[in-house]
Amino acid sequence: MHVPDGFLDAPTSLATGALAVVAVGVSLRKARHELDDRTAPLAGLVAAFVFATQMITFPVAGGTSGHLLGGALAAVLVGPWTGVLATSVVFVVQCLLFADGGITALGTNITLMGVTTVAVGWLVFRALQVVLPRRTAMVPVAAGIGALLSVPVAALVFVLLYAVGGAADIPIDRLAGAMVGVHLLIGIGEGVITFLAVGSIIAVRPDLVYGARSVLKARTLEVRTTVPAA
Amino acid sequence: MGGAHGHQLHFHAHSRVHRAPAHLKIVALVVFMLVVVATPRGWWPAYAAYLALLVAVIAVSHVPPTYLLKRMVVEVPFVVFALLLPFVATGPRTEVLGVSVSESGLHAGARLLVTATLGVIASLTLAATTEAQALLQGLTRLRVPSLLVQIMGFMVRYLEVVTDELRRMKVARESRGFTARDPRHWPVLAKSFGALFIRSYERGERVHLAMLSRGYTGRLPS
Repeated sequence: MHVPDGFLDAPTSLATGALAVVAVGVSLRKARHELDDRTAPLAGLVAAFVFATQMITFPVAGGTSGHLLGGALAAVLVGPWTGVLATSVVFVVQCLLFADGGITALGTNITLMGVTTVAVGWLVFRALQVVLPRRTAMVPVAAGIGALLSVPVAALVFVLLYAVGGAADIPIDRLAGAMVGVHLLIGIGEGVITFLAVGSIIAVRPDLVYGARSVLKARTLEVRTTVPAA
Repeated sequence: MGGAHGHQLHFHAHSRVHRAPAHLKIVALVVFMLVVVATPRGWWPAYAAYLALLVAVIAVSHVPPTYLLKRMVVEVPFVVFALLLPFVATGPRTEVLGVSVSESGLHAGARLLVTATLGVIASLTLAATTEAQALLQGLTRLRVPSLLVQIMGFMVRYLEVVTDELRRMKVARESRGFTARDPRHWPVLAKSFGALFIRSYERGERVHLAMLSRGYTGRLPS
């Protein structure tokens, strides 16, 4: 759900805007280092992919449905820097071409759903990779848990922003409880679907998954010498 | 696809608003919305003036008001939130039609409703009167880093290709008798994501190679 104009006051909107500019600027430099002259077409296609995934709705229960945010998924698939670029570009295009999310809230939307979900998803993923055994089967698990946590953390950041620049005196502890509670449920869906999607990509093209590179590098060629009985 | 076609929200016309340079329209939208958001609460005449200004711009743009009204549904979740605010906010209470509501919540809700509505109308007007290519050129003129504009350009250009790919997968799933009803069907949808990612990424690689073979050096010819 995109934050519209007027949800947060002007100083807070400008501050999140500045934060988003810095995050995108750093990502541009780092992604170019990662992808060199492939950056533009690949990040563009990944952005189109993230946009498309947000269009599929998942049936939850009793006729309700939800859709993926895709921040953590993008981070694991193409790396955190390209991930931030792709998700941020999605929000800019949604704001300018689809009137979805306010233009003054663009910085807030990028900070919350672009930068925060990618950063949390990626950091949790990396931390789990250190702890879990180095096997390709563990990559989707770590990605799923990263995605699960990225959603409630983004909700918590939103509550903090609302505490600073919100319009009404809603008791912050109650708002935080409701937001984190609801988004923990949304996060479970995000986590399960990220787990399944990364698992299906690892099964077909493990080389495309950025987060699996260190695992693939550690894999050695196994030569089986037993000759089948004639 | 193709240069002459507009995007989903674009309304084809030749008004003065359509012909205005895109970078000026973007700056105007940002400045207008910053002024709206920074207006102190309670200045209701100012909001009426903002709305009058928007109506005037729409009248000049020849975009039918019903065209814009139909597309204002993106705002609905926040209308619900704005309507709930008077009931969940704390502070001094006041009576409205015999119901006790929070005074600050009532003001904040009304203000949110007004600013969000103005924001959606203003953004829709920009989207309806500006083509995607013009918008990208406008962003370039506003000194947005060229790499970022290129990424945006590729996203906009391939958006329809990728969503069409998704639609074909949906047709393929449904023609095999699949309907997603509850979480037990998530694995199928997740595999579609996986396939879509692989196809999108590989398309990106092919596009890059095709560009290289045509002399791409990291910058697009202007």
